[in-house]
This record gives sequence, C-alpha cells and structure tokens, in this order.
Amino acid sequence: MKSYGKEVFLKSLGILIAFIIICGFIYTFAMTGISQLLFHDKANGSIIEVDGKKYGCELLAQEFTDDGHMWGRVMNINTETFTDENGSPAMYSGPSNLSPAGEEMEALVQERVKKLKESNPDQAGKVPVDLVTASGSGLDPEISPAAAEYQIPRIAEATGKSEEEIRDIVDKYTEGRFLGIFGEPRVNVLKVNLALDGIL
Amino acid sequence: MESILQYVLYLVILVALAIPLGGYIAKVMKGDKVFLSCICRPCERLIYKVLRVDEKEEMTWKKYALSTVLFSGIGLVIFFAIEMLQQILPLNPEKLPGLSWHLAFNTAASFVTNTNWQAYSGESALSYFTQATCLTVWNFVSAATGIAVLFVLIRGFVRKKADTLGSFWVDLTRTVVYILLPLSVVVTLVLVSQGVVQNLKPYETVSLVESFETEDGTEVTEQTVPMGPAASQIAIKQLGTNGGGFFGVNSAFPLENPTPLSNLFEMLSILLIPVSLCFTFGKAVKDKRQGYAIFVAMAIMLVAALGIIGYNEQQATPQLSAGGQVNLTTVDQAGGNMEGKETRFGIATSATWAAFTTAASNGSVNSMHDSYTPIGGMITMLQMQLGEVIFGGVGCGLYGMLAFAIMTVFIAGLMVGRTPEYLGKKIEPFEMKMAVLVCLATPVGILVGSGIAAVWPGVADSLNNPGAHGFAEMLYAYSSAGGNNGSAFAGFNANTPFLNVTIGLVMLFVRFLPMLATIAIAGSLAKKKTVATSAGTLSTCNGMFVFLLIFIVLLIGALSFLPALALGPIAEFFQMIG
Repeated sequence: MKSYGKEVFLKSLGILIAFIIICGFIYTFAMTGISQLLFHDKANGSIIEVDGKKYGCELLAQEFTDDGHMWGRVMNINTETFTDENGSPAMYSGPSNLSPAGEEMEALVQERVKKLKESNPDQAGKVPVDLVTASGSGLDPEISPAAAEYQIPRIAEATGKSEEEIRDIVDKYTEGRFLGIFGEPRVNVLKVNLALDGIL
Repeated sequence: MESILQYVLYLVILVALAIPLGGYIAKVMKGDKVFLSCICRPCERLIYKVLRVDEKEEMTWKKYALSTVLFSGIGLVIFFAIEMLQQILPLNPEKLPGLSWHLAFNTAASFVTNTNWQAYSGESALSYFTQATCLTVWNFVSAATGIAVLFVLIRGFVRKKADTLGSFWVDLTRTVVYILLPLSVVVTLVLVSQGVVQNLKPYETVSLVESFETEDGTEVTEQTVPMGPAASQIAIKQLGTNGGGFFGVNSAFPLENPTPLSNLFEMLSILLIPVSLCFTFGKAVKDKRQGYAIFVAMAIMLVAALGIIGYNEQQATPQLSAGGQVNLTTVDQAGGNMEGKETRFGIATSATWAAFTTAASNGSVNSMHDSYTPIGGMITMLQMQLGEVIFGGVGCGLYGMLAFAIMTVFIAGLMVGRTPEYLGKKIEPFEMKMAVLVCLATPVGILVGSGIAAVWPGVADSLNNPGAHGFAEMLYAYSSAGGNNGSAFAGFNANTPFLNVTIGLVMLFVRFLPMLATIAIAGSLAKKKTVATSAGTLSTCNGMFVFLLIFIVLLIGALSFLPALALGPIAEFFQMIG
C-alpha cells in the first residue's frame, strides 16, 4: 500500500461515521419528529379507531368471505410471520408471484370464477379481473369500481339493504385518479364493510 | 386513452424537473454558489473541520480509486457487524435476532454496491437501528459514490495535461449535503402526508372484522400492522437508485406507497437524478449537445421498453381470461394482467414503474415482476442485462454509457480509418481496454453466476414456478445482481447460503471493476492535451452517433443474452400462445 494508505483509511472511517450520524440518526430522527407533529395519524399507520377499538388499518386489506360483506383482492394469508403480544398468530399476507401464463394460474382463475359465479347468481356479466387475481402486496385494500359494482346485488340480498343504499356507501369510499389523471379509481373494501356493519 | 396520457405525462414531468436539476448539480460539482448554499455550506464546512479534510486537496486517480474502495470496504465490515449484532443494539422493539452470516453478507454487499437486492424481508428481519444506520446511510453514500466517480470521469475529459481529478471526500460530502439530503427531506414529507409510516413504535395489532381459523383450528382475530421510520428511508431509496424496500414487498406495500400521489413522487424520484446527470454532463463539458445526444439515446430505449411492457400487460394472457369469463377490459377498471398489481396503480402506473426501475438500476417495485406476462417480464430483465446504461444508477449509469460511447467512437474510427477521439481527447488502447472492462463486467457477472447456479444442486428448490418461468426467475436474480439493480422475480427464494454468497460476489464484481476502470480512464484522459476538431472528426452529437451508440449497446446485450432469454421468457411466450 502507498504512503497515503493510512491517511485514506482513517479519513474513510471518519467520513463514514460522520454520515452515520448525519444520515442515520439526525435525518431519521428529524423526519420522524416533523412527521409526528404534522401528520400524526398518517405517520402512525392510518389506524381506524372507533370508540377506542382498533378496527383495522385503512391501508391494509382484511379477508372477507361473508355474503353480506364486500370481497377484496385474492389474498395469500399467512399466520406464521407475526404473532400478537399474547403469542397467538396474527394475519399477514403476501403476493403469489405466480406466472400469469402458467397452468397453476389458469386452474386458480377457473376455480375463483366458479366460486364467484355461484356466490353472485344474479350477475350475468363477466367477472372483473381484480376479483380473481392476487395483488402485488397481498394486502391491497382496494378494488376497482367494476369489481365493487359486481357484488352489489349479492350484498343487497344478504344484508336486506337496497342496492341504492349500498351504492351510496360504495360511492362514499371511492376515490378517483389523482388530478383526474394519475393512478386508477378505486374502492376501499374495509371502509365499505365497516359502513355496512354500521361502525363507520 | 387515460393510460396514454399517464405514460406521456410521467415522461414529460420527469424531463421538465431534470433539466434544472442537471444545471444545479453541475454547479455543486464545481463548488459554485447555489440557492441552498446558505444552509448547506455551513454543514459542509463543519464536516471538513471536524474530520480535518482539506477542501483544496487534489487526488491522483490512484488515490481517488483507493479512497472509493477503502470507504466501501470499511462500510461493508461495519454494516455486516451491525446486522449480526442487532439483537443487542437499541431501537429493536420487535426483538429481532441477528441475521445469518450469509444473509448479512449478502445484504451488506447489496447496499454498499447500490444494488439493494432483498434476500431479507425488512419487517420481519431488520431492526430500526439496522434500517437507519446501515440501509439508510448506504442509500445515501453508495449513491454519492456513484455520482463522485462520474464527476471524476467528467473532469478527465475537461482537464488538460493534469495529474489530479478532485477530492473524493469533497465530492462525496457535497453530493450528500447539497443534492441527496434536501431532495430526500421534500420527498419524505410528501410520502408521510399520504400515509407512509414514520415512527419508532412497536408493531400495531388491530382486530379483524371477520375472524378465521387456521388449519390446526386456532382462531385468528388480529392483524399485524408493521411500523417504523419508513418514509425517510423510502425517499432516499428512490432518489439514490437504491431500491431496497423498508418492507418486504417494497413499494407495492400500501404503507410504503399508499396513493397515486405518493407513487408519482416515488416513481419520478427513480429517474430524476440519472436523467439530470445527462444534462450536468453536457454543461460540464461545455457542449450541451453532447449531453442531449446521450440523453436521446437513453430515452429512445426507455420509451421502446415502456411501450412493450405496457402493451403486453394490458393484453394479459389467455390463462387469465378463463375462456372469456373474466372481464379484462378497461371499463371501470384497469383491466389487463392484474396478477401481482395493486388496484390503485393499475396497468399504466405499474408498467411505467417497471420500465423506470429496471432502466435505472433502482430495483424497487410497485408490482410483482414475477407475475408479468412473458414478454413484459423479459423486457424488464433485458434492461438490466444491457448493463444498466439506460439512464442506469445515479452516476454509474452515465459512466457506463460513456464507456459505450468510447467503444462506439473506437469502432466508428476503425471503419473510417482515423484515430478515434471523444470530446477532444484521443482514445487510445489503454482507454479502450478499460472501456471494455466496464462494458463486459455485467454480461460476464450474469452469465457466469447464473451458469454456475443452473447446475448447482439444490438451486432448483428455490424456484416458485415450474419450467421456463422457473429458469427465468433464476436468470432474473443474477441479471439483477449483475446490473446492480436489486429487483427480483420475487417468488425465487434467494435466502440460501449458496445464493446469498454468489449473488453477493456478483454484485461486488460488477460494481467495483467498472468503477475502478472508469477512474483509470479518467486518470489517463486528464493527462492528455485536447486535439482540435477537424473536418474528419466524427461528430458525437448528431443522429448518426445516437443510432450507432444504441446499436452497440443492443449488439453487446443481444449477443450475450439471446440464448439465455430463449430458454426462459421466449420459451414461456410460445407455451402461452400454443
């Protein structure tokens, strides 16, 4: 090693420690402080809390299978990743990572279509693709307006509410594109269901 | 129709932001006063004072090269140590244990090389301490190292009969303090306003509306909501072409990327600095057209890739249509291949991200590339295999492309029988040899790595899909490492000792060999005098040069990877339609 080897070694170490302090601690803590001050609920996970009970996170999907609830994207539930404070398993989910051109996917789609057609006998139309596919996170909290509309007759029949009433709830929890341009219109499934249950 | 508008606007906004930023970076590189100087300059001087750095120091290319390597080497060791010891370190509310040695090595190599391959899953493996002091810090400094090396190459072209190329400490500090930190602060606050978490709390549990039973009959009534200082890390992971997610599924995770607005910021951040640097380059060599030529060559390839991915994803596959029973149209829904894609992003926003993240060596994802159509997925892979020079990683993408430009003038020079020159400097055998090292490191890394893995016993167990798609998963993993990208066909289980070690070694090889070769080119160019342009000089800023440059990039990529791609995505495509 050249004569400047030692100098370079010490400077490297020094500058790395400086950046651990600046970017690791000061930046992370300052951003945490400002976020907690300005956007308290958002920075803490957008938890839906009503009368002290935490009903879910508005950004993370739950699985719904009751006829009286709106169903979301297909989930790959796992209960091994996390436990709650008492050690009982808690729900989590991930993506399928299946090829959309593979035989396994083909069989799964057939099976899901069959189940949806049986559960929604009043629907003559095709099944919206959102309802037969898993999302990227496995925890996508939303579905397309087409997928929500598809389920309205079933929910109406199961809950005894009118289709108009349910459509109003769906509209209330539908968000459009950002500035009318970016992203896609979507319906928050958990919020619709909490509203159907009279909680929201 | 809405999709086309989205595609066009994403590109237009990107370029509109990159042009002024390119000028700003050129000033920072020279040490000129900029509008943030009143805040940044005192911080910069404090760092120099404490560390006794001489701001006026000038390094030879050898000292500069040694500095970059030692800095990264020391970083690798400290990173590895913190991961192994996170159990006894603070800020670990989930009491996560230390990592296995091979996962710790892989993750450290991955972040030090600006790859950010995720063999780990953030929320279940890394403490907040590790996330902040290792991942976040290396998101900043590995990006800054890439930009510093680009500055050195630019100085090599600009300086005449010079022995020195600037100071690594100064380039590194200025890049972090003037460019990366201010941008990260802005992006962090936008992300938190949209719902990205930013706290130091333990994970939250919330009740399920519908409880369910596991197979062994245990009732599950709760759901875990992971927490942590995510937004601050995500901001720099996007801006520094790092891409390693705070959470396992990266920016597809709703708490990492909750809305189309958060997505707009994260997605533009992927390419913002790589695009800007083209304009910085033009400004710094005092001939803006040189920067535009490189930009146009890169942009043409990016738009082509984006078009192919977007078209194929919207078309979906016959397997998804269940004989016409599934609605794949765009009426009241995004339609198309929604497997592995989030509803809020649909096809256009997912496809744009996929094109951006694999063009830049970012590697973050907002949809699962493993579930892309065969041709859509192939294009994401091909962009990495071309050596990450379609904008590429911050700094390293452009110096990689400039090595291709050197090859191009050399080959063109041979055709007309003249000594090749680029930007007024003669290109001689030494520069040419080094440029070949830069251009061939990626193909060699990918093909050797995946070649060994293909015959290694046990690797097949890591595949999530059978057949051609399974082979594509493995090829993608080594392409991602070989391009220092970091995205994955994520069904592939990469957390095994063999894969962690080999993928880690490929990442180190393709990061440091081209980096050292680039600094060597810069050292050699700086010593030369400038040659005057004459009638016989090949112009490097006209349409012909752009065409030749694209041709050379595609030629090397196609020759290297066509056989491998034929066994993977191309074979799967024919099975799909057959």
